[in-house]
Amino acid sequence: MIELHINGEAHRLPQPCTLGELLQRLDLQQRRVAAELNGWVIPRSQHGACVLADGDRLELVHAIGGG
Amino acid sequence: MNVATSPPDCLIVHGHIFTSRLLVGTGHYADLEQTRAAIEASGAEVVTFAVRRSNLGQDAAQPNLLEVIPPERYTLLPNTAGCYTAEDAVRTCLLARELLDGHDLVKLEVLGDPRTLYPDIGETLKAAERLVREGFQVMVYTSDDPLAARKLEDLGCVAIMPLGAPIGSGLGIRNPYNIGLIVENARVPVIVDAGVGTPSDATFAMELGCAGVLMNTAIAKARDPLLMAAAMRKAVQAGREGYLAGRMPRRSLGDASSPLGGLFY
Repeated sequence: MIELHINGEAHRLPQPCTLGELLQRLDLQQRRVAAELNGWVIPRSQHGACVLADGDRLELVHAIGGG
Repeated sequence: MNVATSPPDCLIVHGHIFTSRLLVGTGHYADLEQTRAAIEASGAEVVTFAVRRSNLGQDAAQPNLLEVIPPERYTLLPNTAGCYTAEDAVRTCLLARELLDGHDLVKLEVLGDPRTLYPDIGETLKAAERLVREGFQVMVYTSDDPLAARKLEDLGCVAIMPLGAPIGSGLGIRNPYNIGLIVENARVPVIVDAGVGTPSDATFAMELGCAGVLMNTAIAKARDPLLMAAAMRKAVQAGREGYLAGRMPRRSLGDASSPLGGLFY
């Protein structure tokens, strides 16, 4: 069991997984989102190789209306 | 030479060529369809948007903003609206670049006060310096201070975007003399960003010699956003042509347009 913060909220995952697997689980894989893990942007090409760890802080962002 | 035979009068921002001098935002619209239709009616080619946390419970079938402003059709301009520190603005730009697969044209804005939404120039300068170093092409929102504008240009910003009035206020161009000074000093495009409320405000900004106008609320919060978008398109064009045509000299007294000779009474 690992615990991490996704967009400021605590989430528990039964076992370690990659960022790519998490996005798939959250149904975000096909959507245009960008990921920042512990303050570092993770390029889309590395989502599959990026293993999430206990205590990670993950931000998932997208485009929204604004001026 | 008339307008039809003259060379096209384009807005050029760091090598990006645009025929429209109206740049628009995507906030405050009723829905994405209205956003799409208003942008289309405005004729804008540069469209700005914000970057926010994704809603994790979101229905995957729900439409996404980028679907109605496809990057193949529009030049997307991610902005750092809502940032109060240089650090947050830089983070936002780095995420936006990832979101848009390496696209590095951004609109930097670092606010200093939630009531007026005035820019914090100190933080804006810090952020601009870092972003230029990171390879971004920075279009920067700033106050109407000519010295701040000059410093931002010296740091390498590709467009200077002074406010006409506070963001979302619709108060128009409050300090035309300063906007004029900024235009006079600048070697990069000066684009009024924020404050425009009516088509005449947009025309006035263009008559001052600005290279363009960026607006959002003036269109989105109009009673009829699509009609206002079309009006703004014409207003910006009218102001530009008026600026190029050169205004008549001002006189303090009347000067009859009809000849004074040949009167028969």
